[in-house]
Amino acid sequence: MAHRHEVIVVGAGGAGLATALYAAREGADVAVVTKLYPTRSHTGAAQGGIGAALGNVEEDHWEWHMFDTVKGGDYLTDQDAAGVFAKEVIEAVLELEHMGLPFDRLPNGKIAQRRFGGHTKDWGKAPVHRAAHAADRTGHMILQTLYQQCVKHNITFYNEFHVTDVIVEDGVAKGLVAYELATGELHLFQAKAIVIASGGFGRIYKVTSNAYTLTGDLQAILYRKGLPLEDMEFYQFHPTGLYPLGILLTEGARGEGGILRNALGERFMERYAPTIKDLAPRDMVSRAMYLEVREGRGVGPKKDHVLLDLTHLPPEVIEKKLPDITEFSRIYLGVDPLKEPVPVMPTAHYAMGGIPTTLWGQVIRDENNTVVPGLYAAGEAACVSLHGANRLGTNSLGDLVVFGRRAGIHAARFAKDADYHELTEEHLGESRERIERIKNSTGREKVAALRAELQQTMMDNASVFRTGELLAKQVEILKELMDRYRNISIDDKGDAYNTELVEALELGYLLEVSEALVHSALNRTESRGAHAREDYPERDDANWLKHTLAYKVADGKVTFRYKPVVLGRFEPKARTY
Amino acid sequence: MQVTLKILRFDPAKHEKPTWHTYQVEAEPWDRVLDLLHKVKWDQDGTLAFRRSCGHGICGSDAMLINGRNRLACKTLVKDLGNVITVEPIRGLPVEKDLIVDMEPFFAAYRAVKPYLINNEPPPARERLQSPEERERFDHGTKCILCASCTTSCPVFWVNGTYLGPAAIVQAHRFIFDSRDRGKRERFKALGSGSGVWRCRTAYNCTEACPRDIPVTQLIEEVKRAILFDRF
Repeated sequence: MAHRHEVIVVGAGGAGLATALYAAREGADVAVVTKLYPTRSHTGAAQGGIGAALGNVEEDHWEWHMFDTVKGGDYLTDQDAAGVFAKEVIEAVLELEHMGLPFDRLPNGKIAQRRFGGHTKDWGKAPVHRAAHAADRTGHMILQTLYQQCVKHNITFYNEFHVTDVIVEDGVAKGLVAYELATGELHLFQAKAIVIASGGFGRIYKVTSNAYTLTGDLQAILYRKGLPLEDMEFYQFHPTGLYPLGILLTEGARGEGGILRNALGERFMERYAPTIKDLAPRDMVSRAMYLEVREGRGVGPKKDHVLLDLTHLPPEVIEKKLPDITEFSRIYLGVDPLKEPVPVMPTAHYAMGGIPTTLWGQVIRDENNTVVPGLYAAGEAACVSLHGANRLGTNSLGDLVVFGRRAGIHAARFAKDADYHELTEEHLGESRERIERIKNSTGREKVAALRAELQQTMMDNASVFRTGELLAKQVEILKELMDRYRNISIDDKGDAYNTELVEALELGYLLEVSEALVHSALNRTESRGAHAREDYPERDDANWLKHTLAYKVADGKVTFRYKPVVLGRFEPKARTY
Repeated sequence: MQVTLKILRFDPAKHEKPTWHTYQVEAEPWDRVLDLLHKVKWDQDGTLAFRRSCGHGICGSDAMLINGRNRLACKTLVKDLGNVITVEPIRGLPVEKDLIVDMEPFFAAYRAVKPYLINNEPPPARERLQSPEERERFDHGTKCILCASCTTSCPVFWVNGTYLGPAAIVQAHRFIFDSRDRGKRERFKALGSGSGVWRCRTAYNCTEACPRDIPVTQLIEEVKRAILFDRF
């Protein structure tokens, strides 16, 4: 079946819905293609808040937010992106309020704000109340509110459609191919502009806060086509994953006064970040936790985790401001945070890297910022680069509204002056072949077993701390897994709701994004932000103050080009807190 | 521990009606029912179809009838169920395959109550002001994850699929009692109609089924009263 829309957005999380909404407001005919039902996307799992210098609780300035973002990103953040972001996120939060988002309120009726990791006043002097929140379900409220607005604007949704191909010919984006889960049918989508907002890929790791469905599909599809992925070596581990499941416990818990403790009961962050302690950026806290465990101060029979202590907080703060994480702890561990500290350990959380874009979301193909006309990306799938080497808490929600809006507006305006491209049944060929190959295969490899090996080895060899030796080992493991992937077979040969086929396709994407990540990490011989090389422990601005662009040549073979970091008012300095 | 997992399965391409399939699964007491379904799908029978995404009760994908009650598979633990567990699709929506139902009627009811802020006054330069008490007034409804546990546990909905159902009314409540909203009259048209709130017989199934602890029946009663008082 064939469809045609001026702007087609892939993904119905926060970035996708923001893009669709603003493109529709510009007058474009917009459709959203999503592999889930709307409101199922993982923006809904974001908890703590959306940072914006509203100054409702105390003095704050967008320049401070910009500085914190650049420093938090270990100076790999493009400063033009950080400036645009810190200014526009204020407007974005106010617009969300106007759309009806139920922010928590201060006694004077203004939006309430809380403290969060790495967000400071006066250029790093002390934590600042910047994160606007709705209890600990801020992402849920953003997702619901944006979807409500999409309903109001009658935007077309293709639910449970899995994109299997993006048609890029002669350097121009022309359309999409998508697999309809309900019927097994392949659909051809013609579009003047395509916006990729399909989220991240935390499922490359064994322990992750990410949904089962976050498998980097669109990053992998573009990467296979020879388009670059930027800064893939920078992957964030959130410090407080509920141990051992990895379910997210918001940094807002520490913003409200929670403290991390080791087996000796010590507030160990005092040693690693004397000024802002438990509210240091996530990369630093996660490394500190790993070091505490490594040095024998871990908790539990295996001494393999630490504790998040909320017991000193007033019970009403916990119940009112952190109700969801309190419930997670009670349900999944039987631990009541009011009475005892909660076991936690870092959990794979967020890709700073992704599909490289301009400040308007246009996908670029090289270090000269050459645009792929008609192709856009926003949200976690994209790399603007706002987050540099390490994203600050709350900046993902800000990112998806600010840059989703920009991508939507630009894509709609581009579409006004663009024509549709001719597409034929032949464009379905590659997708059909890939699907038929999996369905007809009699190979002996199983998707679940191969995926488990991938997730375990990525955890062991390419997570919080890295070495050249382990990364090189993982390069070889990935090659072997890709070989074996050709021999997977599945039980379900049917057409309707073949979720096993979908998992098989997703495993292919996971392998591709893992390859880009591991090769980029092996290539970058320095430590910066979330990329911590034990064999190269220092940041090396002379050689590495630049963005990685990874290009796939063949399985196991990746080449690199480099894009300069956009510098500005903030000179790179040592990063202490 | 060994768990006997009985799943009501159905493939319209192959069967005329649903049949029970039994699987033996090795489980830990703290495993989620979702983990057991994955064990079946990944180790025993890849054709088993069900929806899931976040895995911790926030996305609303995996509402199922588990041991006779509507719950989320990712938020229900083996230790609370014992070693015989039955899983069926939620009731009242057409079954597409195994545990997957057609969600379109559910979302159509959602859309019918105009689930978005209605206020045509030009917004101020900053935020609209709202006191913490005004914000608290509609807090319950904001927790809803549209999982359909409530609507598909409602005996009225089972009998009459045109009833808007508890979830849509909860969404309406969330806006009717928001001090910033001006659209309650528009919503009352759908809510006061023959398929609206007056169908509710206060069975309380919805309140018991809600995985987010929303007092659903109470919110429905508040909407009924709001419609009544609006007439005077």
